[in-house]
Amino acid sequence: MSGDKLHLDHQHLLRLLAQMVRIRVFERRCAELYQREKIRGFLHLYDGEEAIAVGVMATLAPQDAVIATYREHGQAIARGVPMNRLMAELYGKVEGCCRGRGGSMHFFDRALRFIGGNAIVGGGLPLAVGTALGDTMQGRDAVSACFFGEGAVDEGEFHESLNLAALWRLPVLFVCENNLYSMGTALAHAESVTDIHAKAASYGVASEAVDGNDVIAVELAARRAVAALRAGGGPQFLECRTYRTRAHSMFDAQLYRDKAEVEAWKQRSPILRFQSWLENSHLAFDDEVARLEADAEAEVTAAIEFAEAGHLEALEDLERFVVMDEVPA
Amino acid sequence: MPSLGPDMESARVVEWLVKPGDAVRRGDVIVVVETDKGAIEIEVFEDAVVEALVAPLDTELAVGAVLARLRTKGESEHQASPDTPKAQALPVAPAPAFRPEPPSVSTARLDAGAPRGATDSGHQRASPAARKRAADLGLDLATLHGSGPGGAVLLADLAGLGGVSRGRRAGGFDAAAMRRVIGTAMARAKREIPHYYLGQQISMAAALDWLGRANENRSVEARLLPAALLLRAVGLALTKAPSLNGYYEDGAFRAGEGIHVGWAVALRGGGLVAPAIHDVDKLNIDALMSALRDVVARARRGGLRRSEMVDATVTVTSLGERGADTVQPIIHPPQVAMIGFGRIVERPWAVAGQVQVQPVIGVSLAADHRVSDGHLGSQFLSEIERLLNAPESL
Amino acid sequence: MTTMTYREACKQAIRAALQADPRVFMMGEDIAAYGGCYAVSKGLCAEFGAERIRDTPLSESAFVGAGIGAAMAGMRPIVEIMTVNFSLLALDQIMNNAATIPHMSGGQFAVPLVIRMATGAGRQLAAQHSHSLEGWYAHIPGLRILAPATVEDARHMLAPALADPNPVLLFEHVMLYNVEGDVDEHLEGVDITHARIRRPGNDVTVITYGGSLPRALAAAETLASDGISAEVIDLRVLRPLDMGTVAASVARTHRCVIVDEGWKSGSLAAEVCARLVESVFYELDAPIARVCAAEVPMPYAAHLEQAALPNAERIVAAVRQVVRPA
Repeated sequence: MSGDKLHLDHQHLLRLLAQMVRIRVFERRCAELYQREKIRGFLHLYDGEEAIAVGVMATLAPQDAVIATYREHGQAIARGVPMNRLMAELYGKVEGCCRGRGGSMHFFDRALRFIGGNAIVGGGLPLAVGTALGDTMQGRDAVSACFFGEGAVDEGEFHESLNLAALWRLPVLFVCENNLYSMGTALAHAESVTDIHAKAASYGVASEAVDGNDVIAVELAARRAVAALRAGGGPQFLECRTYRTRAHSMFDAQLYRDKAEVEAWKQRSPILRFQSWLENSHLAFDDEVARLEADAEAEVTAAIEFAEAGHLEALEDLERFVVMDEVPA
Repeated sequence: MPSLGPDMESARVVEWLVKPGDAVRRGDVIVVVETDKGAIEIEVFEDAVVEALVAPLDTELAVGAVLARLRTKGESEHQASPDTPKAQALPVAPAPAFRPEPPSVSTARLDAGAPRGATDSGHQRASPAARKRAADLGLDLATLHGSGPGGAVLLADLAGLGGVSRGRRAGGFDAAAMRRVIGTAMARAKREIPHYYLGQQISMAAALDWLGRANENRSVEARLLPAALLLRAVGLALTKAPSLNGYYEDGAFRAGEGIHVGWAVALRGGGLVAPAIHDVDKLNIDALMSALRDVVARARRGGLRRSEMVDATVTVTSLGERGADTVQPIIHPPQVAMIGFGRIVERPWAVAGQVQVQPVIGVSLAADHRVSDGHLGSQFLSEIERLLNAPESL
Repeated sequence: MTTMTYREACKQAIRAALQADPRVFMMGEDIAAYGGCYAVSKGLCAEFGAERIRDTPLSESAFVGAGIGAAMAGMRPIVEIMTVNFSLLALDQIMNNAATIPHMSGGQFAVPLVIRMATGAGRQLAAQHSHSLEGWYAHIPGLRILAPATVEDARHMLAPALADPNPVLLFEHVMLYNVEGDVDEHLEGVDITHARIRRPGNDVTVITYGGSLPRALAAAETLASDGISAEVIDLRVLRPLDMGTVAASVARTHRCVIVDEGWKSGSLAAEVCARLVESVFYELDAPIARVCAAEVPMPYAAHLEQAALPNAERIVAAVRQVVRPA
């Protein structure tokens, strides 16, 4: 579905909805499995932000690189990493996308150039500058899409990376998922200037703020940005304004925000809004939406069965991949 | 294979004096082993019944190797043989698991003042390398004197104790190995012991005169030699100079429990041993002469007992008729003194303002300054002179 | 054989790498227009162009991270960090990304990256430009840590480092840049797995690396006239440690002195010491001694700085104490 133009055809629209629903259903089951202790470690859910991953990913080509954060289930699913491998990873099984070494915060998939869940806030930005540099030096027509939250803006790496990418005019799509809270700290408590896309613009980076809960708006903006990147326009910046409607992680009392605020954002859930719009526009029908949900449930159920049936990495392979024997082809 | 001295690492069984089933009593000699220093009889320290003779004849066995299994009273047959008889083929067996059994292996020389069983190697400071080397050689660390900090045994202290399986002469002791052993001990002495030396010329006129008279009534075999007088004089003089008789270990002097004089015996093939003559101060002149003859003969033909190898609390060397006039001895560590006698020669000697020709002997003392001073040493030599001038008191 | 300085050897190594492989490029602060803080890259920009000799902003984290990303995208970057103290600004990228991504991704990604940096004291650069922190990096699984101490290693370690599929950190000691030595230009790299015995000896093993090697060799010379035969081992590779060579030597000499310009507490010297105790405890005939930097931030004044550093005299004294304890 990559390309310069957005095709508002029925199939594409349903595909966008399906991707968001797959993410939502996958994570709902993750929360349950976490509480049943099938999944451990930190588990950060993307509930409410699905439009961003789905909208941006719809504009990327296979040769592009994706660098994400520790809240990256949505990006991985939207990029096309099979749910089986993701769920097996959450189960810590050898069939997982990182053979059980990464867990929720570190999904990788080499075939899809999905270069990680990075769990150091801001730590992925320099990497994206580097993949863009490497691709450019080798004459590849590839962009590097880098997802990060607004908390990364606090970090020096954000500023270093934007500056370097702009200085070297590298094809990096910086996607800021501004969900208003870095963990429990509200944006206004952390930043003197809260207009994030203006900060990016100060480095000479083409910058735009969009409604991150509107999948069409995100895709449109991303499509423009990617086209500019491929045309050699230097790095592009999207500030996607959104809201995390679940807690930061599974162990979060949410003392830092009002329930009313959360409820209000739930009403603006990207899935709810897009689904309503499709139905009101007669672009989708009840039974189609119901089938998407059923399909997603079935897919997740199969993934759980796959994970349950998976195997544990042999202990003698504990130190495998610490030192690589060769660069994977 | 018992450790008969700090310098011993292995030996060969040359003769069994018991057979399986024999009852043996504490003190019985049950086996003769050939060491670097000659053949030595091995005694047992418990009443027991011989269960099995394990060590083959004429095979070099490391210290710690099993020689025989004995069953003591109250032991079942099963209990008595916990060790696998691995000594069957142990040319120079590394015996890392070996723990010396106090009664049969502890070296009395250093344990003289310690309760039996206290020879746990763990109490002896040693570098890890020395510890391992000692274990490989089957040496009990407690029998070793360390030159390292705090008396720790270092590798250098074990130098020369290796490689006996090479260069051994068939059927006899290895002169080169003995030379290494002597070298190691003497180098250690020179390195560690702050020697002081005193010398004195003593007229032997009275002593020889007395000896001539004493021998008139004795058979040829029982005749006394000057050596017996010298030994007796040393023994008695030592009773008044206890700080010359004993050991310097772990930074402190420990007096000998008796006066056991090591008598240096030159071996015909080269080298020397200094077997102990026990309780010299308590033996009369005839018993002393007899002991001297016995120990010299056994030293030369082989057949010293382990206690004789390790018990000396002080050493005497007498160069004899063909020796030099004087000797400056090197103390045998961990002893603290050594007395040397030159040959007896006729010299002009002033007596009451008149020069006479008299038989004269040079006596010298090397003593450890960490334990005694020249003043005491001088008194000791004067006492020897007094005794030799009053031979009837001997 | 060609005689050249360590600095020239570093430069020739980079030149050869740039000529040999179009994927190789270098980036860092002031490496192009300025010619490198220690003039290692002087002239290379004119020869290879600003694409392959890239000046970066003062953004250690960004350009080290970019090196990692570029390596994962198929390049073979050489990243220069001016001095080891600055590398702390990029520690997140080195530790959390370069060293962990291969394992964290289950072996899907390798990071074939080389990071060069100056290390060590002796030039009166005080407490933010003079430390020896390579021991910290040697703590991190997934990294290979090299410390070229000779002109030959400076010339020939880079090629195998670039061929390594793992991130390699090269520590160049500031006091070595002017040292001259012989180099065989035709060597195809040297091994980057083994320590080397730089001077054979029997009585004691002196283990060192990098800038302390010349001091250890000078100490060995002094000791020889004193009748003490010191074997000097250059670790060369600080991770993974070649304990085989080291332990075999100590097992032979039974004594060991470790010389490390890092601070003693939690140091590489501590690691080597611990491993020797683990592997050759029963060969030790004396306690292992260490000669390390004084535990102070490196002072400016020359006499204070010198007092804080290992030198030949201190090595000699430590060896004497080990060989002939007072």
